Order: sequence, then structure tokens, then C-alpha cells
Amino acid sequence: MDSVRHLSFDVAVVGAGPAGIAAALAAADSGVTVGLIDDNPAAGGQIWRGVQSAPQNSASSIWFQRLNKSAVQLVRGARVFHAAKGELAAESDDSAIQISYGKLILTTGARELFLPFPGWTLPNVTGAGGLQALLKSGLDIAGKRVVIAGTGPLLLAVAAYARKCGAKVVAICEQTTRSRMVRFGMKMLLVPGKAPEALRFAYELRGIPHWTDCWPVAAFGSRRIESVRISRQGQTSEIECDYLACGFHLIPNLELPRMCGCRLESGFVHVNEYQQTSAPGIYCAGEPTGIGGLELALAEGEVAGYAATNWEDRAKHLFAKRARYGKGVRILKDAFPLRPELKNLARPDTLVCRCEDVPHERLREHGCWRAAKLHARCGMGPCQGRVCAPAAEFLFGWQIDSVRPPVFPVRCASLAAVPSHSAAARN
Amino acid sequence: MSDSVSVRVNGKPVTVRAGATVAVAVLAAGATCRASVTGQPRSPLCGMGTCFECRVAINGEPQRRSCQVLCEAGMEIEANG
Amino acid sequence: MNKPSEVVIVGAGIVGAACAFELAAEGVRVLVIDESFPSSGTTGAAMGHIVVMDDSEAQFAITRYSQILWDDLRDQLPPAVEFDPCGTLWVATDEIEMAEVHRKFDYYRERGVNAEVLDSQQVREAEPHLRQPLAGGLRVPGDSVVYPPCATGFLLQKARDLGARVVHGQPVVAIGKGIARLVDGTVFPAGFIINAAGQSAPKLSGGINIKPRKGHLVITDRYPNFLHHQVVELGYLKSAHSLTADSVAFNVQPRKTGQILIGSSRQYGAENSAVDDSILARMLQRAFDYMPELSQLSAIRVWTGFRPATPDKLPLIGPSPEDPSVLVAAGHEGLGITTSLATAKLICAQILGQRPAIPVQPYLPSRQMAAEAHV
Repeated sequence: MDSVRHLSFDVAVVGAGPAGIAAALAAADSGVTVGLIDDNPAAGGQIWRGVQSAPQNSASSIWFQRLNKSAVQLVRGARVFHAAKGELAAESDDSAIQISYGKLILTTGARELFLPFPGWTLPNVTGAGGLQALLKSGLDIAGKRVVIAGTGPLLLAVAAYARKCGAKVVAICEQTTRSRMVRFGMKMLLVPGKAPEALRFAYELRGIPHWTDCWPVAAFGSRRIESVRISRQGQTSEIECDYLACGFHLIPNLELPRMCGCRLESGFVHVNEYQQTSAPGIYCAGEPTGIGGLELALAEGEVAGYAATNWEDRAKHLFAKRARYGKGVRILKDAFPLRPELKNLARPDTLVCRCEDVPHERLREHGCWRAAKLHARCGMGPCQGRVCAPAAEFLFGWQIDSVRPPVFPVRCASLAAVPSHSAAARN
Repeated sequence: MSDSVSVRVNGKPVTVRAGATVAVAVLAAGATCRASVTGQPRSPLCGMGTCFECRVAINGEPQRRSCQVLCEAGMEIEANG
Repeated sequence: MNKPSEVVIVGAGIVGAACAFELAAEGVRVLVIDESFPSSGTTGAAMGHIVVMDDSEAQFAITRYSQILWDDLRDQLPPAVEFDPCGTLWVATDEIEMAEVHRKFDYYRERGVNAEVLDSQQVREAEPHLRQPLAGGLRVPGDSVVYPPCATGFLLQKARDLGARVVHGQPVVAIGKGIARLVDGTVFPAGFIINAAGQSAPKLSGGINIKPRKGHLVITDRYPNFLHHQVVELGYLKSAHSLTADSVAFNVQPRKTGQILIGSSRQYGAENSAVDDSILARMLQRAFDYMPELSQLSAIRVWTGFRPATPDKLPLIGPSPEDPSVLVAAGHEGLGITTSLATAKLICAQILGQRPAIPVQPYLPSRQMAAEAHV
């Protein structure tokens, strides 16, 4: 039978990406006990995955050095699957973990939006961030042909990184319009610190075709992808490739905030100027409050950490910096709206739910997500709809908003280890 | 401390760099992670533990998300894609 | 034989869907109205066990009749319905429960239901993951499992093929005196109205006593060949009997997907559909007591459902005490999937003035008023 570990912190931070690291360090400044909990083997989230091996003078390394020197307790490999007042239930590979907290900071980050198109389930069709994660996890891509598609600035970052890893990046296919892309570039130049970054990207991506108004129409191959057909300015063409890294920007991970009763606004966690959510004692920072990138996540994380430890002065001190980087949220939103053609990529037999192999035509029969789920089984697999539900929301306009524990699949033993609560303690 | 790790994927020895994940070892072996419920071969999509396409059996334990498990020397990995 | 102008069925759960199919097959014009979508109520949360039960003669009669009807239908069921004739294995942990095994065996055998007494070793062979030692068990091979939402979908489609209409997204607010009225004021005239509204049945018909009995279920990832039968502890019966206490009982079911469904719990008076961590933990611990390796399986989802329960544990099938043109078909507690087909037959017989295949007296709603009158 599983053992149960009991941990207790004044401040618990869930998600050890940049926002979580910043929040944990800020909270630790007060001398209170801080736990930083993440399901990966190391801290860093997505953008700082594998940073331990990065050069010593990069900004991320400085944060990691501070983290290592601090009193923050990093709880690695722990999946939080349930939250109730004052308690988190998590599991690691060998035990259930019960975490009591005084204040909770949710920095659960974001994941990519995947949209179905014929052939998208072929091996070596990955997300854009997905390919980057695999590369940082040791994937050898030297000499392989990679097409990068979808939308958002992540495509550029992935293209640059793939190239550095020795890949032949054949093309970047961005679905937004040319004018939006140009406007985005110009606006980003005005955000502090972005001009050098933009120039660096331009240099790193020199010679790689970057096409706007361009999206994948179908992927072909027998056991893995061999070519991708793209649409570009009304014409289709086929590109041979070994990998297709395709993601349509980011969506927030809202499962835990929802479970905690945090109010949402326009699909993101609503927070006040102190990053406080509508649920008492619970704060939220980073992508779940709005997709805004690294510097904003760091600023928001710090504000949340100070606010959670009642250090309002220090929190206020960060408001101006946060506001400057906060402009990026609007800029991103305006630059990369999803075009309607993307709704028509899927054919009737194109799978939408990959866990249960449910094709588009079986979802289309139903009027709402719950009916589609019950009758066609989409969303009933282990991903719990993380891949197919956002796609279904986009394709069919459905509202998908219920959440129940466990928010990740967990061993039955871990479910049984969750302590009981009185009805009054439940929010 | 070695900078590479040796594991076995479907009985075949594979060497990856230290710190690489099991998903990467499966890909390096030229295998695919799992077979879908209708028998299609599948490999990692999200790379971050949310899509569940990278599930393999590690040392006899099934349904492990390989993109979140670091390779350890001598691991036996069954990738049934 | 009287064919009414139209029958309106309120509720597109499995009972409403079964009634629609049965009546449409008899040439009756049927309209089914659901407030949300088919199977959105108890049916969508149900386990889908088709089981012969022996709590009482009346319970045996209707479950047995209905089980035979499911068997007759099985060849028509499409794959999505996941009909699986896996049988039930009742397990006994001690000599007292073993005596119950023998009693059940005799009861079933006398009534022509195939059953087999297993000793400790045979139980182990039947289900290798059960802990050892158990005292023994009873295998009932004629029991099966279906996936309720798709079974309901199948019945409704058959009804539609025979001319029935199905309307959803519209709550019915009043029924009786030859009409069903929607919340927006639309009125449907009907010769008969069937109240198959499950939990909501008492809202539409006065004088019927149905209370929700909350249950929890857990479904795992796919582990083909882990489990072969629906396995139930004999304490299940003690749980179903208790009228007031929260209770859990070991009950697992294999699905055709290879997933394992783990239950069961019963709570009276709990009307909140949120997962109750404490009773969930108890339910799982009970399951681990019987099948320790369940604890290591990956649980993908947990959900709750409300069984519509009557005080005497028998469903209500027959005219409403207030209005003979309204027939109640509700209150099936944990046997709705099993007894849906028989319920439809009994309702149809009552509407068409035919002789029902089994006596309907035990299920008539009027019995509840009579019971209250004697208090």
C-alpha cells in the first residue's frame, strides 16, 4: 500500500515555472515556510525546462541560484490533483502527499492549443512547445527536417531552438495575417527589453522561410509523418519533413483554480492588483491570469508572493514593472486570433479525441460537450479533455467548464488518502 | 558521473544523454510509444505530461507518462506503438 | 386494444427511452421530451449492470423478466452499447455470507436462473486479483453489463425509426388532464403521459415518494484482463437495505474498454453533486480490502449520481394517484438499467389494456398512498 507524506507550509505555490519560482522567493523573504510544488522532475516549467544546464550568466540561472540558496522547499515530481480549504492532495511516483497551507499561490502555467487536421495524430507531429520540450529532454534532431506551424511567438522561439539543436527548419507557417504579424513586431519593439530579443530572433532565423496566412491542411505518412500539406495565400503545397511542430498558441491551466472556486473572467482567473483571486487566501500569477510571457509572469509572481505574506509595500513597488510587461497580453491577443478556416480543417473522420479515438463526425451530432462526452466518449480518456475540449470549444462553440477531482489521473490509493472535510470547510 | 545512460526499449539497447527522458529514448530507438484504442501508432504530442500519448510500460509498470520520467541505467521500456 | 392519439413521455433516460421504443413498436404515436439531453440525469451516471436480484419476489420478478428482455435484444445492440455478458460474481468473506451464497443459489435455481456455487479456490480462479482467502462465492453467468448512455441512444433511435419524436432542452413544468406543458408555455396534448423523469418525477406528480440516494463511482485507465466478472460483496445487500446510514460496499465492473468501474456508495439526504472525499475514501478502502491491486490502478475520473429511491425499494410503474392518464415510470433506485425494458412492457400493457407478463400490483404508485394511510 502507498505511504502518505504530510507536508505543511505557510505558503504553498503550485507550479514551478517562472511565476512560481518568483512567487516562492518573494514569499520566502518574510521568513515564512514556503513549498514550491511541481509535477516535473525539475523546476522551470516549460520555458525554463532543463535550465540547469544553461550558461551561468543567463537571467534564468540567476533565479535558479537564488532558489537553490533560499529556504524554499522544492517538492518535485508531485502532481496536485485535488484542493480543498487549506489542503492540497498530491501524489508522487511512490506516495500520496497531503499538503496543508496557510496561503496558496497557483502558478499552474499554460499548455498549447491543438487543433485537429487530417494526419495530426501521426507520430512526430508534435506541439511547437512540445518539440521544444522534447529537445530540452534530450531529443536528437540533428539533420532532421522540421516544419513549424500554428500561431504565436512560440513558433519563432521553437524554430530558433530547433536550429540551434542542428535541425533543418524548412519553414515557419504562421496562420495570422501578414499585417497583424507586422503590427505585432512593431509593438513588441516598444516593450522594454524586447528590441534586442527581436534582433536576436531575426538573426537566428535568417534564411528560414516565414510565411503568414499559412496553416497546415493535412499531414501524410505511414508510421510517422513524411510530409505536410500547407495552405498559403489560397494555394496548397506539400513539404517533406521528419517532424511537424504545430501549436496554436497557449491556453491557461485552470483546473486547480476552478477547483478552488476562483472566479474566471473571459476565460482567465480574475485577480485584483495583489494577484488575489476571488477565493480567500488564494492567489494566482502567470499565464492562468492572462497569456503574457516570461517577464510578466515573473513580475506577477513576485507581487503574489509579497501579497500573500502581507508585504504590500514590496508588492506595490512591482506594479509599474508589471504594468509595462502587462501590455504584452493585449498585444498577443490582438496579433494571433484564430482564423475561421481552422474550424474546417478536420474532416468527418479526423479524430478530435485522441485518447478514445473519437472522430469529428461523432462529436458534431451533439449539442453540447456533456452530451458528446457521454455518448461519444470524447474527453473520457486519461487526458481528461485537456487536448480535445479546447479544440471542441473552438470547433463547435461549446462551453466546457465543469471540473471534478482528480484533476490528473492518480492511483486509486492516492484518492483514498485524501483527508475528509466537513461540508462547512468546502468552498 | 557518465554523461550518457543506457536503457532497453522493447529489448533493444539504446543510449541517450544523461538527464534524457524515457520518451526521448523511445524515439531514439525508432519506436513509437503506444497504440491507440483503434490501433494507430502514437508518440508524444505535448512533451509536458498533459496529452498522455507518450505512455509506455517502465520496468513492468504500465501507463507511465514517459516524457516526465528520466532514464535510469538498465530501465526496461516497453513501447507498444 | 385502445390506441391513444399520442403518448408524451417526460424524460429521455433509459426508462423513458425504453417506453418510447416499446410503444412505438406497438404503433403508438410517441413524443419524448427531455429537459436537457438524453441520459443527462441518473442514466448518464449509472453503472450499467443488468442483474437478477432477490431481495423480494417482486424485485426478482421484474429483474428476471427484464434480464431476459435484454438477452433477447442483445444481437441488435451496436458495439457502442458495449453489451458484455460477463456475469456477476457475488463474493463471501465468512461462513455467514457463505450461507447467503447457498440461499441465493437455491432461490435462483428454484426459479430457473443459472447459478454456480464456488469455493475459495474456484473464486480465486474466477478472479485472480481477489484477495485470499475468501470463503467462496456465487457466479450468475446470465447477468451482463451495458454502457447506459449508448443503450439509451439505441432505444431512442429505434423509437425514432418507428415514428417517435424526441425533443430536448425543454423542461416540462406540468403534466395531467391530457396535456404536458413546457416552461415556455407550449402545450402538448396527449392521451397518456408517462412520467419517466427520474429524480424530478415527484415535481410533476403528487403523491409519489422518491428520494435521491447519492452514489460515487471511479473509473480507471485501461487494464485489459484485470477483471472478468462484475464482482459484488454480499454486504451490498445490507447497504441497499439501510434507509438512513451512509454506506459503502465493494462492487467492481469490467468495461469492454478494459477500464474498471469501482463502486459503490449510498447516502440519503445528500443533494449536493460534489464529490464527497470522505465517503469516496471509504468506498475505495473497502474495494482495496477485497482487491488490493486496485489501489495501484490509475483513476481517471470520479463522479456522482443520484439513484431515485422509494421506501420499499420497488419502482413505481402505473397510474399516478392523482390522474389516471398519467403513468409513473420512476423510482428504480440502483436497478434502472436492468429493469428499464420490463418497465416499458408493463407501462405499454397498462396503456393498451393488455395483460402484463408479470403482476403489476407490487409496483403500482397507489401502494405508497395506501402505505401512508396505514401509518
